[in-house]
Amino acid sequence: MGRPPVRQGGTLRLVTPASDGAAFATQGLTKTYGAGPAAVHALRGVDLDVPRGEMVVLLGPSGSGKSTLLNILGGLDRATAGSARFRGAELTTMSDAALTRYRRHHVGFVFQFYNLMPSLTARENVELVTEIADDPLDPAEALALVGLESRLDHFPAQLSGGEQQRVAIARAVAKRPEVLFCDEPTGALDSTTGRAVLRVLQDVNRETGATVMIVTHAAATAAMAHRVIHFADGRIREVAVNAAPAPAETIEW
Amino acid sequence: MNGARRDFRIAGLVEAPEFLFSAPPGELMPDDSRFAVIWMNHSALAAAYDMDGAFNEALLSLTRGAETQAVLRAADRILEPYGGLGAYGLKDQISNRFITEEIAGLVVTSRVVPPVFLAVAAFLLNIVVSRMIRAEREQIGLLKAFGYTSFEVGLHYFKFIMAIAVGGAMLGCLFGVIGGRSLATVYQIYYKFPFLVFRVDPAAFVTGVAASVLAAAAGGILVLRGVFTLTPAVAMRAAAPADYSRAAAMGGILRTLLDQPSRMVLRRIAREPLRTLLAVIGIAAGMAISVAMVNVTAAFDITVERNFTLVDRSDVTLAFIEPLPDRVIHDLRRIAGVIEVEPFRSVPAVLRNGPQSYRGGISGLVAEPRLNRAVGADLAPLPIREDGVLLGSALAELLGVAPGDRLEIEVREGRRPVIEVTVAGVAETLIGSPAYMRIEALNRALKEPGRVSGAWLRIDAAQSGEIFRKLRGMPAVAGVTVATEARAALEKVMDSGAGAVRYLMTAIAAVITFGIVYNSARIAFAERARDLASLRAIGFTRAEAAFVLLGELAVIILLALPIGAVLGYFMGEAVSAGFSTDLYRVPALFVPEGYGAAAAAVLLAGMVSGWLVKRDVDRLDLVATLKARE
Repeated sequence: MGRPPVRQGGTLRLVTPASDGAAFATQGLTKTYGAGPAAVHALRGVDLDVPRGEMVVLLGPSGSGKSTLLNILGGLDRATAGSARFRGAELTTMSDAALTRYRRHHVGFVFQFYNLMPSLTARENVELVTEIADDPLDPAEALALVGLESRLDHFPAQLSGGEQQRVAIARAVAKRPEVLFCDEPTGALDSTTGRAVLRVLQDVNRETGATVMIVTHAAATAAMAHRVIHFADGRIREVAVNAAPAPAETIEW
Repeated sequence: MNGARRDFRIAGLVEAPEFLFSAPPGELMPDDSRFAVIWMNHSALAAAYDMDGAFNEALLSLTRGAETQAVLRAADRILEPYGGLGAYGLKDQISNRFITEEIAGLVVTSRVVPPVFLAVAAFLLNIVVSRMIRAEREQIGLLKAFGYTSFEVGLHYFKFIMAIAVGGAMLGCLFGVIGGRSLATVYQIYYKFPFLVFRVDPAAFVTGVAASVLAAAAGGILVLRGVFTLTPAVAMRAAAPADYSRAAAMGGILRTLLDQPSRMVLRRIAREPLRTLLAVIGIAAGMAISVAMVNVTAAFDITVERNFTLVDRSDVTLAFIEPLPDRVIHDLRRIAGVIEVEPFRSVPAVLRNGPQSYRGGISGLVAEPRLNRAVGADLAPLPIREDGVLLGSALAELLGVAPGDRLEIEVREGRRPVIEVTVAGVAETLIGSPAYMRIEALNRALKEPGRVSGAWLRIDAAQSGEIFRKLRGMPAVAGVTVATEARAALEKVMDSGAGAVRYLMTAIAAVITFGIVYNSARIAFAERARDLASLRAIGFTRAEAAFVLLGELAVIILLALPIGAVLGYFMGEAVSAGFSTDLYRVPALFVPEGYGAAAAAVLLAGMVSGWLVKRDVDRLDLVATLKARE
């Protein structure tokens, strides 16, 4: 494939028209850890299309491959074989530098344990991203979006778990990403706080048009998704399309 | 021998304590190629000199508790009528003095260096163990939840500390034996000891191991508090993010000036000021030792260089067996290839200023010496005045005199006059403790006009072989000192023995500096791996992520550089003073290269450490690190 398609300024050149509609398309995507009899097959040939602007929930037991898929699509990990395209650009053959640019300009991440910088305030954590993004939101605006306009100058140690996760979401959306990846975003939160976080993610999806992909154990989350992908043994078992996603507030778990 | 050449058969090779350090007459440094002490049968020697029953040196051994000074005075009184040159005690015996000073230097080194090393080791161990306890808080909580007491868990970590301490101490014992053996060999060769047995002293090992264990325990024990205060429930929950709310707000102008990565660097430094301070001081101390050692090394070189270019500019120094009439100078001038000849008279003397006295000598020089000069503090040559004595600065200091003061000089040769002269000036001295007078004035005081003890020569190098042959063939010549040989001998002395300590110290400085720099970098990486992975996930490049990590190291190093330079300046002065004796003076110099070299060494340590850690940043497994709960 040669060098990845990049243009000056560091964003990706899109090799297919933006009107194509698919954010991601994978074919035969495979990921194997280790080799020989001890090899772990995390993904065993995944074919998937994710339309742009959708909220997608990935469900499945531990070790079923959902996080591995998220990491590969997010440019954090590399596939062993197969193809994974982001709006037509092949991710599997990109150089490290190109993957960094991809993460920097197109992707937002929300992790289970927030991964905020403890030495920076809420606002500064968001600024960490807006300083390197091309067309970012105002950091205060991003924090207002997640309901933290009154906690701008608090350090992570002074915030609750739910608040920290909302700062993480504000940090992820502040760069106006095309895709937001969330790996167990509510995994460390109680149900009320978890619901509030999901609500924020739903708002972000609706208001910014970003594709949101959520990996979760909580099957109930599926109700708020446009598309639910069920994983088992490194393969997609089922893809369900939900014509009428429920508001996050109504989710029971 | 007595002006005649004789042949002898060498009967054996021996060593005597009073000549372990033996320098040619009138010189300071030993040089085996030109000078040796020969023992021979007393009656044979007496016959050769036709002086049956005569002696010119006597050794006394005193009864226990005898008052040395009183014995010396009594001996002087008895020998006075025979022309005794003065008795002196063991402590003034030159060989004894050199070796005693050498041993004293070793003692000082052994008391200063290990504590510095152990303090640094304790500091590093403290940081490592505290990091380990933080990383293993979950396991600590689990053990406590199972019912292990805080004491038992604490003991587990204490055992770990002890394993490191005892392991290190054992290794230290091994290195100690190896180092001790090789040092003993160096000393044996240098001082020509017939044998020097390296004795393994159990007490030294007990002290060494105990000191290491105590230092390690001191470094580690504070950290163990953390084990005791941790409750299982808290330990097994994910650690709350470190609280930075009190570490520098950085609002106002800093808000616009600093980007977030710089802010992270500064907040971390501000949050642990003590740790930062200790790291800064540690690196600064390492640098200071380097600065001091480079300065002292340069000062040694400058001392030698100046002595042989500014003070002694002769090619050859001749010493006569006894003072000769000054027409010998004309004879010397007539030797083919001799360009310039300058006579001198030197006599042993005791210089006194009240209770201060110094046993040395007086050099009689011509009015405007060209080949061997006295120089002032500005290194310009000083004329030798008719009406006073010019003292070397070390000697003036020792006697407590300044220009204009009166000094009593007891000449210990010829008629042994006691003269009183004015201190005419103070000369910058680098080597030895000279006192200069005009040769005519000195001869007048001795009532021996026109006598010379030797001469300095400038010669045509192309004819040196022939000239040396002629000079060495002259029966009246006791010694021919070639400047280049003397310089080599001096450099050798300054380079071995106590002088070699500076190499050891430089190595120590390097170990301390690199140890602290590397440890700081490694700990910073261990503590921030997750933050770095998060930054990489957000889209920071490797270089941008590494900045957050290495910026801290850079700040610590930049803070340490000026502090190290200032510390180094004072340490250099102290070391110069420590190395200086009345035999040679090591000037405390400001050598810019010393600071540059030491700073470069620290920066190099920083770069190597940074590079080693940067490799780990580059290899960081993003997925695994991001998922870690910390």
